Amino acid sequence: MDDLWLQFLLTIDATFRLATPLVLCAMAGIFSEKSGIIDISLEGKMLMSAFAAAAVAALTSSAMAGLWAAIGISVALGLLHGLASITLRGNQVISGLAINIMASGLTVTIGIAMFQKGGQTPSLARYERFRPIELPFADQLGQIPFLGPIYREVISGHNILVWVALIAVLFTAFILARTRFGLRLRAVGEKPEALDSAGISVVKTRFLALIIAGVLCGIAGAYLSTAHGSGFVREMTAGKGYIALAAMIFGKWQPRGALYACLLFGFLEALASRLQGIEIPFIGAAPVDLILALPYLLTVILLAGFVGRAVPPRAIGQPYIKER
Amino acid sequence: MSAPQDLPRWADVGLIPLLNVLAALLVSGIVVAIIGENPFDAMMVMLKGAFIYKGSLGYTLYYATNFIFTGLAVAVAFHALLFNIGGEGQAYLGGLGAGIVCLLFDSMLPALIMVPLAILASAGFGAIWGAIPGYLQAKRGSHIVITTIMFNFLAASIMVWLLAGSLKAPGQMSPETRSFTRSAELPFIHDIANSIGLEMARSPLNLSFVIALLACVGVWVLIWRSRLGYAIRTTGHSAGAAEYAGIPVSRVIIITMAISGGLAGMMAINEILGVQHRTILGFTSGYGFTGIAVALMGRNHPIGIVLASLLFGALYQGGAELDFEFSTINREMVLLIQGLIILFSGGLAYMFNRPLARLLGLWLNPGKNIPTTGAENG
Repeated sequence: MDDLWLQFLLTIDATFRLATPLVLCAMAGIFSEKSGIIDISLEGKMLMSAFAAAAVAALTSSAMAGLWAAIGISVALGLLHGLASITLRGNQVISGLAINIMASGLTVTIGIAMFQKGGQTPSLARYERFRPIELPFADQLGQIPFLGPIYREVISGHNILVWVALIAVLFTAFILARTRFGLRLRAVGEKPEALDSAGISVVKTRFLALIIAGVLCGIAGAYLSTAHGSGFVREMTAGKGYIALAAMIFGKWQPRGALYACLLFGFLEALASRLQGIEIPFIGAAPVDLILALPYLLTVILLAGFVGRAVPPRAIGQPYIKER
Repeated sequence: MSAPQDLPRWADVGLIPLLNVLAALLVSGIVVAIIGENPFDAMMVMLKGAFIYKGSLGYTLYYATNFIFTGLAVAVAFHALLFNIGGEGQAYLGGLGAGIVCLLFDSMLPALIMVPLAILASAGFGAIWGAIPGYLQAKRGSHIVITTIMFNFLAASIMVWLLAGSLKAPGQMSPETRSFTRSAELPFIHDIANSIGLEMARSPLNLSFVIALLACVGVWVLIWRSRLGYAIRTTGHSAGAAEYAGIPVSRVIIITMAISGGLAGMMAINEILGVQHRTILGFTSGYGFTGIAVALMGRNHPIGIVLASLLFGALYQGGAELDFEFSTINREMVLLIQGLIILFSGGLAYMFNRPLARLLGLWLNPGKNIPTTGAENG
């Protein structure tokens, strides 16, 4: 019984670690999409910043420098997306897709040129990464039966970026609901002409949203390669950007809902890896593939309005043209 | 996506795509130069690899075959203003369809029946995988872009599950079906050429290339010469007007997506029936996404798509050559070029339009003031 409880807690612990990049990216997605910009480039921004973080951390031996590089490159890609979709009024989906494909090519190309390891970065040493933070008395409190392991396994031992992700949710919720900028951000995604006639720049508001999104994606990328992992491997995001997009939709473009969706999707991933190769009584081999496909399936079902309804911001995907 | 009004048509279909490719090559060239190689050397290696070496042209055309199918798929949907980024998943399921009928019937049916049946199955499975997002868009209002993205991942999950499970060849470790018998194979072009006495180097180029060209003609007839094509284009221009004119918009959306998915599914003909002769994991390797670049460059017209497919075929085949010739640059370079082409011809589509329109305006009718508006989004 105790063992089962511990197994469960370890799965929850893994859930937090797997959900962190999803949470950061989903919040990034909320910022862009609430402002009316479709952002399927979460994946590419995260991939590029994961590479930048690992590469810079390997060169400078500083995880912090890696983080700044990751944020820098991700914001730059966000600005490119803005140039295409805000300034030049191009197609936002195509621009995002282009960023994703370019990121796939660039990371490997630069990686091979820099490190000659087939697109990987050198493995990072402990001091070049964001290390787990053991909370005080984790070992002592962990001895308390039943509740103790919750503190020791689930709450203690995460790196700083996990906590940053949690703060990002509070930050996003606060900005959107309680600040003037948040009000403008929501307005620009619903009815940009209203904002324009109030004398507030649609272009500036949207660019600011994309910059914040870039920062969040950058942190997510740095988390993958310098906190969760120890170095960059090619295609290491493996569709996480798209899962975050799905989580954002699943959470109906709301920070809290998106957080829950990310935790759910993170839990499914943790569960799948724990059940790999395990026989379940009456079912047989654990349906790992099915569990991993659930996020996509659930999102399709939700979007189709069979369970609840997810309504995107009204002006999403439309470039703003003043004369209209 | 729509052509801006202030450019002459020949410039929009001829000059702009050329500028887009040049811009993409320029940026990639800069990246190559930063890495420390000579971009012109890299270019020469790619050109030789794509056209000059023995059998290389066959490889180029073989890649182009894939891109014609996926490019046509994206283009047909574009005409109804639907953005199908699910070509990857639809092609993948097309391979499932072809695989299933081949496994079932390849030992009892002659090639003359087996091959058409497998082609139908691949198109049919792709069509279903396209029609469901179409239905969800038309009837349930879910956004086609998001649904097709999800369907790509779902297709990948299904294929992993089946190929590692019930479809896996018995007594074998790798996730793939058993090899099909000869009756489920499309003949290689070099075999055909040799049988009529022509010397031709071996390459994976097979009869699918001809089928792809036929599909181009089919799409042209469908879009510009048929009642359904008219309905598709009207829906694309204005769903409201189409509805008012009595066109059943929902049905048109679903049918368009089915056709689009079917064309993407037919990519499996080339890979599965033509080359692999068994269904394997990940045979689509991103070709579905390349179809988007192809359709953008080809301006959604079959002729443009064939030309763009040849370009991408050459890039892929030439890119493979980079692996052998250089230690610091490799075929992922092509992915960068592809992303840049999508960026320049799609996302930054209007970057060249206005300066070019002004330039052409000055040249064609000097003295006349050129209006600067018109960058309406499509």
